[in-house]
Amino acid sequence: MDLIADRGRRVTVEELNTSKLLAHAAEQARDRKYEDMLIVDCDAHHYENENFNEILPFMENDVLRQLTMSGRAKGRHSIVPAQVGYQDMGGRVTRYPLRMTEKTEPGKLRDVQLGERWMDAMGVDYSCLFPTGMLNVGLHPQKEMEVELCWAYNRWLTEVVLPENHGRFYTQLALPLSDPEASLRQVETFGGRKGVTGFMVTTVRTLPVHDNALMKVYRAIEERGLSLAFHSGPNWGEPVFKGLNRFISVHALGFSFYNILHCTNWVINGMGERFPKLPVIWIESGLAWIPFLMQRLDHEYMMRPSEAPLLKKKPSDYMRDMFYSTQPMEIQDMEALETTFRMMNAETQLMYASDYPHWDFDLPSTIYDLPFLSEKAKHNILGGNAARTFKLEPRNEAQKANLIKYGNYTAG
Amino acid sequence: MARLLVDLLIGWFTRGQKAQVREGFKTMAEQFVGRVSEFADGTRQIVKVGDTEVGVFRHEGNFYAYSNYCLHQGGPACEGLTIAKVEEHLREDKTSMGLYFSEKDMNFVCPWHGYEYDMKSGECISDRKLKLKNYQVVTKGDDVYVVA
Repeated sequence: MDLIADRGRRVTVEELNTSKLLAHAAEQARDRKYEDMLIVDCDAHHYENENFNEILPFMENDVLRQLTMSGRAKGRHSIVPAQVGYQDMGGRVTRYPLRMTEKTEPGKLRDVQLGERWMDAMGVDYSCLFPTGMLNVGLHPQKEMEVELCWAYNRWLTEVVLPENHGRFYTQLALPLSDPEASLRQVETFGGRKGVTGFMVTTVRTLPVHDNALMKVYRAIEERGLSLAFHSGPNWGEPVFKGLNRFISVHALGFSFYNILHCTNWVINGMGERFPKLPVIWIESGLAWIPFLMQRLDHEYMMRPSEAPLLKKKPSDYMRDMFYSTQPMEIQDMEALETTFRMMNAETQLMYASDYPHWDFDLPSTIYDLPFLSEKAKHNILGGNAARTFKLEPRNEAQKANLIKYGNYTAG
Repeated sequence: MARLLVDLLIGWFTRGQKAQVREGFKTMAEQFVGRVSEFADGTRQIVKVGDTEVGVFRHEGNFYAYSNYCLHQGGPACEGLTIAKVEEHLREDKTSMGLYFSEKDMNFVCPWHGYEYDMKSGECISDRKLKLKNYQVVTKGDDVYVVA
């Protein structure tokens, strides 16, 4: 297939085959003997917009369902708020423009087949499957449409996708956080379904996560022994980012910005005291923001504790009680990264994430090859911490032995 | 038919075989890549050399060969897009004239994450201290070999 390069020049590249594209990842997996180590990818994606014909019929409201489905037929309407963005870098990241050329077998969901290809290549045992375009659902101007879209996606994922994957996909389902009552209903409806380990807040929104109306939602999640994730993203439309002129800038700041915003509210409003048994995971913001926010909040808290009276320890202590996904891990200054790992208690609080197939994905080797990590830390971060938190079972005896060895075996 | 037979015989004796050559104290192997006449400008071939992979490009009539393992996370560095370097031109008063494709510098891009490498040097354009291992390319008649 030809891709367009400079001045309209056409460059021929092979059609996409995920297994072939990731052949070097498979070499890494073999060389490092990943099969003996449970590897959990706590943030991977599919393109749910390619499945809207199957998802939208699950919408409950007749009028809204007709509105979305008829609009799609005409091809003129966007169902989920769209972003300006150049994730494919002008075709440099070839799996974006070539995506539709990849062949899959009939009779099995395409998303499941593609997912299994990248998981097998990377040596990943389990992946937490998240949407892509719907990460912007929090920007939807209609609260009722946010509710309906989350409902339809959550039904489709739990009733169609997860059952086909034989347990290798699990998920934290999208919450329509703009509507606390609807969020609670979705927790009550979907919280007990197979493969659901918790719920996810798309953080590209400015809604205060400490709002009183949301406490019943968090309590319901905690009571069920489930987890709560905050998944970040970029937004060029955010007023503070409108002065940025390059996507690199919006992307670099946006992913950290929204999780910094919501994590600050979560910590300062004492949510860690209110829901001490609720595992909270901050996803896809990299790691460099964590020591930054720890230091900023601790510094201010020492002088202004009267503004955070629910806290019984420093903000950074609450941050160390929570979990973080690794990707996109800033591996530019190894000493800085080691300090970051130390400050966040990475050995017990960090979870590997690939973010595949998105453009800045990380392989398990980004963790496995770090020179300052102990064997225990590697096992924990690559899968043990997630296995412990999400109660995931080992897939072979060697993995089971390692989970037991490092105190992460909770299943069975 | 006769031409096809000759081609097949030549292929039998050359392709996939490594000729041994001496370079200093080290024995170097020549790995057949392809035919010059069939190697269009602007294209590339990936060849297996022992346990490693080498990408061989033909650019502006010259051949360049580099390790196919990206210095970032090990992606297939030579298998992606080739694209001219992007430049930002400034006026005398330091105001920007905008973005342009270079008239002379060509890059090749790792398809995993977009790491860009200078076609003529193998240097990573984001950090010139990082450089892909390069390989010598020799032509013998119409045959192209990479020396590894």
